[in-house]
Amino acid sequence: MKRRTFLSFLGVSGVAAVLPTEGKAAPVKDFAGHPDAVGVLHDSVRCIGCRKCEAGCQRANNLPMPAQFKKPAKPFDDLSELDKKRRTHFQQYTVVNKYESSKGKTVFKKFQCNHCQEPACASACFVKAFVKTKEGPVIYKPNLCVGCRYCMIACPFYVPTYDYDSALNPLVYKCTMCYDTRLKKGLLPGCVEICPKDALTFGKRSDLIKVARKRIMDNPGLYVDEIYGETEMGGANWLYISPVAHKELDQPELGKTSAPELTSGALGSVAMVAGIWPVLLGGAYFISKRREKQAAEERDAAVRAAVAETREEAETRLNTALDKAAKEKDAEVAREVKKTREETAREIEAKYNPPEPEPEEADAETEKNTEEDA
Amino acid sequence: MSAENKTADNIHNRKIVINPGRLFSSPGNVLTAVILAMGLFITVMRFTKGLGGVTNLDDNYPWGIWISFDLLCGVVLAAGGYATTSAYYLFGLKSFNTAVRPAVTSAFLGYAFVVFALHYDVGQPWRLVYPIFYSPGATSVLYEVGLCVFLYVSVLAVEWSVAAFEWLGWKSIRAVIVRLTIPLTVLGVILSTMHQSSLGALYLIAPSKMHPLWYSSFIPVFFFISSMFAGMSMVIFEGALAHKGLHAEMDEHHLRDADKVVLGFGKAASIVMMGYFFIKLFGLAMDNNWKYLASGYGLWYLVEIFGFVLLPSFMYAIGAREKKTGLIRLAACITVIGVVVNRFNVSLVAFNWQLPPAEKYFPHWMEIGLSIFVVTLIVTAYRVICYYMPVLREHPDYEAH
Repeated sequence: MKRRTFLSFLGVSGVAAVLPTEGKAAPVKDFAGHPDAVGVLHDSVRCIGCRKCEAGCQRANNLPMPAQFKKPAKPFDDLSELDKKRRTHFQQYTVVNKYESSKGKTVFKKFQCNHCQEPACASACFVKAFVKTKEGPVIYKPNLCVGCRYCMIACPFYVPTYDYDSALNPLVYKCTMCYDTRLKKGLLPGCVEICPKDALTFGKRSDLIKVARKRIMDNPGLYVDEIYGETEMGGANWLYISPVAHKELDQPELGKTSAPELTSGALGSVAMVAGIWPVLLGGAYFISKRREKQAAEERDAAVRAAVAETREEAETRLNTALDKAAKEKDAEVAREVKKTREETAREIEAKYNPPEPEPEEADAETEKNTEEDA
Repeated sequence: MSAENKTADNIHNRKIVINPGRLFSSPGNVLTAVILAMGLFITVMRFTKGLGGVTNLDDNYPWGIWISFDLLCGVVLAAGGYATTSAYYLFGLKSFNTAVRPAVTSAFLGYAFVVFALHYDVGQPWRLVYPIFYSPGATSVLYEVGLCVFLYVSVLAVEWSVAAFEWLGWKSIRAVIVRLTIPLTVLGVILSTMHQSSLGALYLIAPSKMHPLWYSSFIPVFFFISSMFAGMSMVIFEGALAHKGLHAEMDEHHLRDADKVVLGFGKAASIVMMGYFFIKLFGLAMDNNWKYLASGYGLWYLVEIFGFVLLPSFMYAIGAREKKTGLIRLAACITVIGVVVNRFNVSLVAFNWQLPPAEKYFPHWMEIGLSIFVVTLIVTAYRVICYYMPVLREHPDYEAH
């Protein structure tokens, strides 16, 4: 039994064993992947760029042949197509690209969904249209998709594609590891089954990592000592080993931090915003109300004080005026009394000691004064 | 004289009259009509040919200017609603009284048309309620954005409805809503804080696709803080436009307080922008991104934070100190452009920066056309509302709002 077939068998039976059972809820932190999840190992040392996997994918997923593509392409047996850099699109879920490496070797790499252990697409989807199955594949539920395309923004590998030309039912398309069409029936993914060079190995992810390590150890100098996909953004179920640095094969340099971890901080602060803002804003509101009230009270107090002061002042002024008037009146009375007394004295004197000249003048004056006093 | 009195009497009870003869009476109206016709054409194309028929979007660039401009800029430039209502109702800044109604109106229209424009951008707009009512994906930042925008547009609709009810004369409903003012204002700030910051947080998930100068774990903070001065600047900017086009609809109180609003927000924007400038620098320092400054991207980044943040911040400060409202209005204009530049930088310049030039996105004319169509709809709706409803003036039947 060839090793690939053996591992494939193992893997498929693994899938079958896992399928009906309920998985336990995975812990949020340090999620190490579903234990029995399957994946595929792509070996760029073995890959010859025959494009048979591309053809196998089309057949397995009932996709059109290149001539019928929206942008028609060369048939799968035409290897000159490899000369241009290609990506997947809504009518093709996997492509093989050719790289002239720094070592002078021509190296091929297959590109498709990497079925991340903690997928960015599933984390980003606001209607849960992407599901990471515990068997490994990341699948898509077309009947939920709104078509926001945030999954395409989020995916670090540029995997999800969109049918931009459909007006009524545009959807996201990507590799599903043939989950519904083949895995559930105990069949290998279309690309793996057809590969003539054992460049694709299907199996449990944990086994695939061991296989990859062994190949690297057993063939010194043939591989770079790195399994791409082992840790990238929390690890993927599709793994790669290569004769040259993975970066040379357009594999993005990604940290270990998974997509959900990148956004969990921001999402977690939502509750804090909802809790803290009402306190701060309520505080600001009551402070400003209090200030207003305080200002109003101070204003009222000032007005009261001013009114009181004015009243007091007015009273003082009134009293002064009254005093003054009374004094003036007293003085006038005194003056008049004095005047009258003097005049009376003069009259009496005149009566008893009349002056010789002008007696009629004094008489007239005395009469007048008496009238006024009356 | 008698004609003037007549207008003054009827201004608060205008009945809707459509006079087809006047629709094309001015060059402005003709231009509006042309844009609306173009919008209808693009609408038909979009929903018959799909997104591919009217956009240059592709599998590498799933989000184009309908997200960069209509969503990101639309939301941030409508932040004047929460900035003004919180300044007036919560912080007790009385001089912003006359700014509340226009700010709430333009924020409501801004958000309503963000939602409207999203119907063009998402593939299956008839499913837009799914995230909220059918299959909520709560792990998604976009879910938070969607939920908050949905709730906030409802809050704004209620806040704005006071003007509509005054116009309609529905006094009892108006009285009920007026009593909800403070809780609605607080809710508005909470929801705005969440979704303004979350629009930035959308990009947290894709560090490998973003240029490091615009990627930071603080990007939600940057988006929220910039929404403050974007909102204030937009209130000043829209005020200047309204004084040109809608002067006849303003009452004395509005005209008298207009400069106080400009000076108040000018001063506040100056301070917030200074703070924003420094937290941007702190972000650079924390990620140790200084080395990227010596590149084309670095130069453009410096243009953004010096030319569109620090410069208008100083202009605002000088304008506020020397009471030069013209300078403040110019600063507001630069700030608004700067915020648009920032949102485009994050969503289109920094995003996919490593892709070769041949694979980069440039909008289709119909994408630009639709954005112009949406802006025209907002302006037209704003003019209509200000003509009929007490937005730029007070209604004599009600005490000062």
